[in-house]
Amino acid sequence: MFAWLRTAARWLDHRIGISTDIVPVMKHPVPRQLEGPMGWWYVFGSASLTLFLVQILTGILLALVYVPSADEAYETLLYMNYVQPLGWYIRALHYYAGSGMMVMVLVHMTQVFLQGAYKYPRELTWVVGVFLLLCTLGMFFTGQILRWDPDAYWGLAVGGSMVGRVPGAGPELVSIMLGGPIIGADTLSRFFALHVFIIPGLLILLLSLHLWLVVKQGVSEPPVPGQQVDPQTYDAHYEGELRRGVPFWGEALLRDAFFSAVVVIAVALFAAYMGPKGPDLPPDPTLQGANPRPEWPFLWLFALLSLSPPPAETFIILVLPVILILGLLLVPFVSNRGERAPSRRPVAVLSVIVIYTTLGVLTYEGITSPWSPHMTAWSGDPVPVSMVKQSTPLQLQGAVVFQSKNCRNCHALDGVGGRRGPDLSTVGTRLTRDQLIDQVSNGTPGGGYMPAYGKQVNPAEMTALVDFLVSLRPPGHPPAYNPAEQPSPRSVEPGTDGEATANRP
Amino acid sequence: MTDINDPTSRRGDVSAQVANPSRRWFFRWLTYLMGAAATLVLAVPLIGYLVSYRRQRPPWIKLGAVTDFPQNVTRMITFDNPLKQPWDGMVAHTGVYVRYLGADDRQQDQFLVLAVNCTHLGCPVEWFEGSGLFMCPCHGGVYYENGEHASGPPPRGLYHYVWRVRDGQLEVQAPHFPTLHDTLRDRA
Repeated sequence: MFAWLRTAARWLDHRIGISTDIVPVMKHPVPRQLEGPMGWWYVFGSASLTLFLVQILTGILLALVYVPSADEAYETLLYMNYVQPLGWYIRALHYYAGSGMMVMVLVHMTQVFLQGAYKYPRELTWVVGVFLLLCTLGMFFTGQILRWDPDAYWGLAVGGSMVGRVPGAGPELVSIMLGGPIIGADTLSRFFALHVFIIPGLLILLLSLHLWLVVKQGVSEPPVPGQQVDPQTYDAHYEGELRRGVPFWGEALLRDAFFSAVVVIAVALFAAYMGPKGPDLPPDPTLQGANPRPEWPFLWLFALLSLSPPPAETFIILVLPVILILGLLLVPFVSNRGERAPSRRPVAVLSVIVIYTTLGVLTYEGITSPWSPHMTAWSGDPVPVSMVKQSTPLQLQGAVVFQSKNCRNCHALDGVGGRRGPDLSTVGTRLTRDQLIDQVSNGTPGGGYMPAYGKQVNPAEMTALVDFLVSLRPPGHPPAYNPAEQPSPRSVEPGTDGEATANRP
Repeated sequence: MTDINDPTSRRGDVSAQVANPSRRWFFRWLTYLMGAAATLVLAVPLIGYLVSYRRQRPPWIKLGAVTDFPQNVTRMITFDNPLKQPWDGMVAHTGVYVRYLGADDRQQDQFLVLAVNCTHLGCPVEWFEGSGLFMCPCHGGVYYENGEHASGPPPRGLYHYVWRVRDGQLEVQAPHFPTLHDTLRDRA
């Protein structure tokens, strides 16, 4: 029996060449330091790969049930969440393993950047890695579309509007992207093909090239401060490292396997705890109250587009991504020699800090999105009772105007309400009656963020509204005054605090 | 040349083949030509399939009798976009803001028919009767009741539908997804 097996194994080995071609690759030497503590820096790439394999597995399982048709996709997602045994778990796993892969790819890339591993002769490995990052982002965006809820629908609307800004070819590109004149079945089919065939195919191709380059050029040795990379001498130096090296199939692989196992277990626990992501409401674009948000890797862009001046937007949408990608691609060509140790590369360290701080702040802004009006605040968040306890009937009427004219959607009172404009809890101490009338009537000068309400309120409403706003002051604070028109109420009548409202002209 | 895959080396008639260089030359260029032709035969329909999409004359959709629209009141009317695919489901539901402006000097009924898509990045704007404003939930674009840009990032006012009144009915042209360079102009 065993003899037969051995014969079969030998036959296979002879035909495929496992022992002659594959085993040596697995046993290729890597620098000796990878067995030491520095070796733990090298585990992030393989963890990304492991999570990608999890994505392939769970993706295939999802495809067994999911129907990529506009009228049934949503139903099949609900079916998976509530009927198909463990469907909820596979969906959760696919989402959180994808998120984990995104994180691992970023950590891997950051490590490679900080330790200068992209320098000679590994420039191309980095370049391919940048395209792998783009593929991962592409998978994230197209994956969100397959969730086929209002976020998916309006995500497509945002994507289409961005593409539509391309000068000249815009309309044509939008039609190609949507697969027709409207967002619908053709669009879903296109994004299904992108998510399931095109981008993964590209990803596997690039990944093979990436791994081939890793084997071909070897894993970089841990950086040593003062040890410069010089393309003239590096190859000889690295050959020396490898002669003293250890086989990859050993301690190094063991670490990769250990960390990958940790990551998989963490993702599995997280998925089990969090459950599947969505789908949200049904994909009916006429549903009121839609509040579209992109997936987390795109929140920074969402924030950037909200915070940038409108004239710069087309540039940010169309040109900035190209500049960012080109910048990443050029990294190994701008600096492909010299120091590798982070302690000797302050610019690299500073860049990482600046980039991640920027992305972090923008992502935080994207989560809180203070620029978005609270569409239900005007009817959902009443004026705090403490603010109207002492109010005159006119001021009470003004409070009603404040709510019914939807001011609350952008202006919070006591921290509740929209945050597009300033919180008006104490506006009476900042703006005079005339300034308030001007602000309300004309909005932000020069087409800013406040619309001009001049035609949206009648004179009676304006009087009441402004009376209410002037009364919004903490107890004991005098109203704002215009020093050009009248002296400070404090200097005229010291100690009349709180009653100063009566001193208005 | 002792490659076992080379049939000529086994035939032992190498000299005869090499002695006919023009034939070799011809065959090589024929292969290039055939390859180019095969690529073209495949590429043209494949790319054509990829970049083509349904183009049809947008039909007119009845939104209701003119008399059903009170003057100067903005309403959302919903309909199934006829440009849909049969398997589009509820995604083909389309909302549109309609406001009857009354009859003009020549007794022609005038309507304001606005798309829900914000001109900034396409999010759905919401109508607020109290203030007479449209607000966008994404980046805070605001429009006046006539569709003009009031504040926020949108580069222009809301998109206007192509509409007409036929037999006392308000009709709109089936809309495509409107973008900045491809607004809802008349396509009939």
